[in-house]
Amino acid sequence: MGAPAGAAPSLEVAGLAYAYPDGHQALYGVDLTVRRGERVALLGPNGAGKTTLVLHLNGILSGGAGTVRVAGTSVGKGTLAEVRRRVGIVFQDPDDQLFMPTVRDDVAFGPANAGVRGAELEARVHRALSAVGMADVADRPPHHLSFGQRRRVAVATVLAMDPEILVLDEPSSNLDPASRRELAEVLRSLDVTILMVTHDLPYALDLCARSVVLSDGVIAADGPTGMLLADAELLAANRLELPYGFDPRVLPVRTAGVEAPTV
Amino acid sequence: MSGGHGSHLHLAGDSVLHRMPAECKLAGLLAFVLVVVATPPTTYWAFPAYAGLLAGTAAVAGVPARFVGRRMLVEVPFVLFAVLLPFVARGPRVEVLGLSLSSSGLVSAWGILAKATLGVVASILLAATTQQRDLLIGLERLRMPQLLVQIMAFMFRYAELIGAEMHRMRVARESRGFVGRDVRQLPVVAQAAATLFIRSYERGERVHLAMLSRGYTGSMPQLSSASATSADWVAAAALPVAAMAVAVAGWAL
Repeated sequence: MGAPAGAAPSLEVAGLAYAYPDGHQALYGVDLTVRRGERVALLGPNGAGKTTLVLHLNGILSGGAGTVRVAGTSVGKGTLAEVRRRVGIVFQDPDDQLFMPTVRDDVAFGPANAGVRGAELEARVHRALSAVGMADVADRPPHHLSFGQRRRVAVATVLAMDPEILVLDEPSSNLDPASRRELAEVLRSLDVTILMVTHDLPYALDLCARSVVLSDGVIAADGPTGMLLADAELLAANRLELPYGFDPRVLPVRTAGVEAPTV
Repeated sequence: MSGGHGSHLHLAGDSVLHRMPAECKLAGLLAFVLVVVATPPTTYWAFPAYAGLLAGTAAVAGVPARFVGRRMLVEVPFVLFAVLLPFVARGPRVEVLGLSLSSSGLVSAWGILAKATLGVVASILLAATTQQRDLLIGLERLRMPQLLVQIMAFMFRYAELIGAEMHRMRVARESRGFVGRDVRQLPVVAQAAATLFIRSYERGERVHLAMLSRGYTGSMPQLSSASATSADWVAAAALPVAAMAVAVAGWAL
């Protein structure tokens, strides 16, 4: 993926623990490193702390123990603007993410907040929309698009910020099979580190060579996706289930790319 | 002005009026309405003249009379109020078709009716020739406080969404046999409204989160579009200046 050897990992989470103000503890010491150009799936049942972890990655939540570093920059009060430019979070509901009058304005929102103006801004918007195949809807209002198109535009809104790492929250939810496949093709074509939060195990296997399982606020497993999904005991222990008739052991492995680190 | 139904108020086209920057149109509309409102209702002939000016504007914009007519329903409450006035106002009375009506009430009713109609038609013409987004840009350029512009932008964006959510909730309610015909059913409807409020509030929080994640610091980036030239301002001034000429003629005569 063209990352210089020895560059800082895209994401380094160390000893991250967090309790909500009401006392509910969501994370109990999470360690996770994602190297440049990797596509990693973050798997886990509802209530495992996935969303809490995601909201730490760009400093929306903070104040617990542990550290988060993005491309070597530690997430803290002084670095919020920088970190939010580098970590692109695509939220689950595109209607939450797309709030401007037109698609073009929405994609321009992030880079404009970072001070990009004029022709450079235009170029960024066009590049991001082209990358997700949505350049021809730039002047439409977001609510006139189909759900799949809105999801892809939502990806473009963070791509326009030239992020170091793209974090997707349940990218395949509510998509019909064709939109799901189109989104997978878009994600596979991007030259960017991806952390994908999902319940959709076949989707994780299709897109990510490596998966981590988050369970009860700790990383319960970390390894090649195919191997984790073939481990029936591990899946059962973490309330993860494969769809009926789906057997990862008999599938041709599509995700070449970066090897998973040994654990 | 147009809420979530902007698309049905807008009429795609490429006239001089469509191309004119929104801030010019907004200023022109405001000036025209001020002139109309300042005209005493007893200057009877001035109002058909104003109507003629609007008809000319509509012709230039290519907005058909039928399009405007259908969208004038908003005015109905004002019409009802105006119709009541001659009956309830005091003062000397006149006989019309066997009814005893207040003459000052008649004049007021005519004034309200004529002025409201002109204002509504002018606003419909503005909405028909201006995209919602351009209206927002226009307001921003006219130095409307940014906070208000942002509130309007979010209203445009989410009104339809919340409306659709309300509709889904009603369908779900009725699918389980609910019939909202009785006053005793009111608590159910009230609870649905409360749920809708909470859901919208939560959506607001999620939208805010998404904005923060993309570097929002409290001020929106300016929406871009070509800014108005002096030629645009001159063109926009045509309607209010003509109306002003009519009004001045009314004073002089």
